[in-house]
Amino acid sequence: MRAYIIRRLLLIIPTLLILSALVFLSVRFIPGDVIDALESRMDYLAEPLDRAALERVLGLDKPVHVQYLLWLRGIFLQGTLGKSLLGKDTVEAKIWTRVGPTFQLGVMSLLIGLVIALPVGVYSAIRQDTAADYAGRTIAVLGLATPNFWLAIMVIIYPALWWNWAPPILMVRFLDDPWESLGVFLIPSIILGTAMSAGTMRFTRTMMLEVLRQDYVRTAWAKGLRERLVIVRHAIKNAMIPVVSAIGLALPLLVGGSVIIENIFNLPGMGQLMLVALSDRDYPIVSGVNLFFGCGVVLINLLIDLIYVYLDPRIRYQ
Amino acid sequence: MRFFRRLIREKPLGAASGAVVLVLIVVSIFATQLAPYDINDVNAKNRLQGPSAEHLLGTDHVGRDFFTRVLLGARLSLFVGLSATAINVLVALLVGGVSGYLGGKLDLMMQRFVDAWMAFPGLLLLLTIMSIVGRGLPQVIIVLGVSGGIVGSRVVRGAVIGVKENVYFQAAEAIGTRTGSTLLRHVIPNIAPILVIIFSINIGGVIISEASLSFLGFGLPIEIPSWGGLLSREGRRYMEQAPHLALWPGLCLTVTVYSMNTFGDAVRDLLDPRLRGGAGTNYGGFRSRRRGAGAPVGR
Repeated sequence: MRAYIIRRLLLIIPTLLILSALVFLSVRFIPGDVIDALESRMDYLAEPLDRAALERVLGLDKPVHVQYLLWLRGIFLQGTLGKSLLGKDTVEAKIWTRVGPTFQLGVMSLLIGLVIALPVGVYSAIRQDTAADYAGRTIAVLGLATPNFWLAIMVIIYPALWWNWAPPILMVRFLDDPWESLGVFLIPSIILGTAMSAGTMRFTRTMMLEVLRQDYVRTAWAKGLRERLVIVRHAIKNAMIPVVSAIGLALPLLVGGSVIIENIFNLPGMGQLMLVALSDRDYPIVSGVNLFFGCGVVLINLLIDLIYVYLDPRIRYQ
Repeated sequence: MRFFRRLIREKPLGAASGAVVLVLIVVSIFATQLAPYDINDVNAKNRLQGPSAEHLLGTDHVGRDFFTRVLLGARLSLFVGLSATAINVLVALLVGGVSGYLGGKLDLMMQRFVDAWMAFPGLLLLLTIMSIVGRGLPQVIIVLGVSGGIVGSRVVRGAVIGVKENVYFQAAEAIGTRTGSTLLRHVIPNIAPILVIIFSINIGGVIISEASLSFLGFGLPIEIPSWGGLLSREGRRYMEQAPHLALWPGLCLTVTVYSMNTFGDAVRDLLDPRLRGGAGTNYGGFRSRRRGAGAPVGR
């Protein structure tokens, strides 16, 4: 088992390095750099900006690979992701002010998604091929097919038309007023959560079905255990192990979805930051946000694999 | 032919969805002929009207017939979906095939790249790349095609490695068959079902990704009325006065992706029962949900 964990940890290093290069280099190819963006915004200037001087100040005059190495050095030695090209803030400071809403949205969506997905998936499996199973599966496939941004717009339009009710749009931070804040995030989280639950539900159902066919479940039935015990103690316990990894797989979906949902519901999270930075060509921020999410996904998946080893003794003793 | 008979008998819902997909394809081919108006017929007197006999789905903010615009949106969604997914399969075959077939250090390195690519949440990656290459139809198709293909290559690589374990492959190697013909005769025919599965499972996700990108303003340019674009501009700006502008593009998207996914699931179940209950739309394509199980890639 130790060998497995060590190998798993070692494999992370090249992945993270490639990820950082991908994140950093990709944005350097954006046509029309930040100086063009600055210039177009300041059309009141009498003379054109001093390009060379600006490039020197922003550190854009050095070759790309040098910029990349300097960036890495900054991360490792000074713990900084660089400075925003527009404004005085550092990237990490900008990210830090935006983490809260995205994190809250993510956690609430994940919880709502699991609360829907797990019971429905389990029930669908133990009543395989009944009407309830078909209903559950159809809703799941529909959930996968419905674009969450459309669902969000529908939730904003139709209740307003029919009942004169609209979801709250004024953002409230969790630390300022937890109760109010939960209310503001509830609708966005339900939309994102249901989007995530569709895949997880199908996965849970598949895993449950697989476990229900195992010998030990048959044994449990054969020795006359009540259904509840067979399902809860023997089946669910084992089916939940792979479902843990499904959470890791849902993560990128949650991140991508949060960009859209934050945009529609006006939540000042990292998705909003990213969209603004992309149109401003503020590449340090784009790289920073990408690196943050990318590393987050890699590390959480690592954590899940390690939890997995702990949960599933079959892997531990291999 | 036998395949289709099995499809109808064993998967009626899948067959029905396949029929819907077929209708969609026909409708998109003849979209300009079927459309009652020209796409740019502006009529300021009729702006933001609700559905009526002349305008089945009403009109938009400059009085253009919305039915026409949604119809042409179908053509775009399908065109982007089909072509980008075809590129998905090609790229997956190329990357996964090379990585799996050659193995060794190259495989290890390529898989780290794929790891990094997959760690990147799909939509963020697509947004970043789209902002580099700029909006446009070819750009969207290539970006969606390549990025989903890299993700799908994992599955192809696994399949190729699986083929290499077989005795017939080893026999072919032993009698000195040239690499080209080994690939053509033994590897590709055996992973063909996987390629079909990648195609049928990815297409729904690709269509949603295009819509998401266009919705956020990073996909197709404004002149092109894609469903995602319609939702973001007319749909959002005039949603209180004219909710039909937001309702229909999304409904069409849902029906399209639903039929594609259901059809794809049916095809997959028939071709490879072992993969039952697998992946869904993941902004970026096929992801095997059978990971986990403690099998670190790159062993």
